[in-house]
Amino acid sequence: MNKLWRGLLMAAAMPAAAANFKVTWLAPADDPRLERTRIERAALGHPAGPALDALRVALAEGRFELDTAGATLQLTQVEVSDAAAAKAAATKAEKDGAAAVVTDLPAAWTLAASDGTKLPVLNVGAAADTLRQADCRRNLFHLGLSDRMRSDALAQALTVRRWSNVLLLSGPGEVDRERSATAQASIKRYGLKLVANRPFKLSADPRERELANTLLLTQGSYDVVWVVDSDGEFALTLPYRTALPRPVVGDAGLVAVAWSPHFERFGAPQVTRRLRKAAGRPMDAHDWPAWMAGKALVAAAVVTPKGPAAAFQKALAEVELDGSKGVSMNFRAWDGQLRQPVLLSDGRSVIDLAPVDGVMHPKNALDTLGADAPEKLCKAR
Amino acid sequence: MTEQRSSGRLFLLALMLGLVQPWASAQGTGYVSSEKDHAITVLDLKTQAVTGTLGTCKRPRHLQLTPDGKQLLVACSESNQADVIDLATRKSVRRFSLGDNPEAFDISPDGKTLYVSQEDEGTLIFVDAATGKTLQTVPVGKEPEGVKVTRDGKTVYVSSEVANLVHVVDVASAKLLKNIKVGKRPRRFALTPDGSQLWVTNELDASVSIIDTQDHTVAGTLRFELKGARASDITPVGITMSRDGKRAFVALGRANHVALVDVATRKVSDMVLVGKRPWSVALDAAEKTLYVVNGLSDDLTIVDVASAKALKTVKVGRVPYTVVLVE
Repeated sequence: MNKLWRGLLMAAAMPAAAANFKVTWLAPADDPRLERTRIERAALGHPAGPALDALRVALAEGRFELDTAGATLQLTQVEVSDAAAAKAAATKAEKDGAAAVVTDLPAAWTLAASDGTKLPVLNVGAAADTLRQADCRRNLFHLGLSDRMRSDALAQALTVRRWSNVLLLSGPGEVDRERSATAQASIKRYGLKLVANRPFKLSADPRERELANTLLLTQGSYDVVWVVDSDGEFALTLPYRTALPRPVVGDAGLVAVAWSPHFERFGAPQVTRRLRKAAGRPMDAHDWPAWMAGKALVAAAVVTPKGPAAAFQKALAEVELDGSKGVSMNFRAWDGQLRQPVLLSDGRSVIDLAPVDGVMHPKNALDTLGADAPEKLCKAR
Repeated sequence: MTEQRSSGRLFLLALMLGLVQPWASAQGTGYVSSEKDHAITVLDLKTQAVTGTLGTCKRPRHLQLTPDGKQLLVACSESNQADVIDLATRKSVRRFSLGDNPEAFDISPDGKTLYVSQEDEGTLIFVDAATGKTLQTVPVGKEPEGVKVTRDGKTVYVSSEVANLVHVVDVASAKLLKNIKVGKRPRRFALTPDGSQLWVTNELDASVSIIDTQDHTVAGTLRFELKGARASDITPVGITMSRDGKRAFVALGRANHVALVDVATRKVSDMVLVGKRPWSVALDAAEKTLYVVNGLSDDLTIVDVASAKALKTVKVGRVPYTVVLVE
């Protein structure tokens, strides 16, 4: 376990005179995503280390702007072990005078935290679309990609390539069931054809070979195999083991991510290097949303350096952010999701950017990724 | 009909005799750095053709002439060096360190000091041009980009892309005098000839912030609009001004256009379609022709200023960055 995660309270060193905004970071105790074998497996889109490192980088690089405006941000780190603890920690943060809460938690815990406080909750860890739809909240903002944004980005890439016939392989468990439904919605949205949706299972049992053998699973006729596998172990073994010589996309092969250390444009290498300098690893997909949360907090504090909290919260909801993806980004009014380009990467380079060239939208092409306003899936906003 | 033809013949004859020019083609040479070739493309301004390339240090980006006009200074981000190219021989005569990941620079009026933005470090360094020694290091906001020295050499402006600030640096004390909040992702500068206004392009704000250099406040903002393009597709970077300070030329990045701007009224007079992601701009000595480097289409567009039309596109190196003209 990283030392950074043990400390309960860590305050950033800031001059005392200026107006101060307190921020509480909530993350899981003994985070299973950060177990050594998982980090070493380095599946695309999975955490490569504690995302708090990236938030710290954003606060450090915001110092000039904060100093100029006469504001400071003070960070408190709290580890929680379940949804109830997340909720209690959010309530306590508000009571202690915090201005915002940042969460890197599972979806249910994130929801509990946002129900525990009226403060803005910046979600950097949970990709579940329910948090942007049925379970959306007025105070809940999302910096990372939703599953729907990721699958829309992939579907766009398949559409321009005319890889129209998709074989979907879906993992076991509730999360993958939901993500498989999301992938199918994107396949439908972009007019691709679902050839088949087959369940898979990690197993060496010969009686289950229909579920586990990649050659058997990939029989048939298709242009591309789309694998939905939150765990990642099965997906990583799939490329080059398909019955037909076809590319794999989804959770292996070509993967939709919020950031890649191989991204070369828009000043991206500098951002990647700043985290490497601070934490010894390059910025990756899971770090970028935390870095952006820090940037959003800095931007709001710069606009309202004297507060009050209500003005800070309003400024936070209206921030325009530069995240080194070439466009200015802001939160969607209808679900609190940060509009953003999506990178499509094979882990070696950035193959494509979504929205892909040619995809159009009446207002903002970024809204072709994820649930759009007319879908009205979030009732709380 | 006959009349037209004969006047056409006369025109051709005059052209052959060199009496008129179909457009203002300058005499001289253009130098275009290309990030991915580690080379500088050489362009004959008269024939508007590429005549060769010069090898240089790794990942050359910003280029500038020395104040005496005899040497070309190249900042190389990968090899962390300056390359000094003698223009008479077109050979590298000297290389020296420019710190860590130098992006852009400016030269003091006496030619003795370079002011270099260090993209990774978030610093502005002062480098002795004779010895290559770093004289001063001034911490600024992250990803510093554009650097501009005032004509009296007393002040340096540097933009920070991350902090959205223009830093005002006092040369004598190497201290920050002021941080000026401008638009999102400020990039490049132009100073009006009288030094009263500093124009800075804001890449993610589709705008130029105009700073009053007397009190260092933002005196105005010029916002770009282009029919058929959304504000988010207008990403201004390169900027230059005519010698009389009446016109400015701004490359609009993803909008694939260059804006011709009337400085006094702060209004766009013309938009010229060029290549993909126009980046750096340079005006010839006669101020009749504008050279525009297109970062994403690996070419250079030659624009006739009077008619506000693109005349020709010339293929240059991979990911071209800066164009400098020597006439």
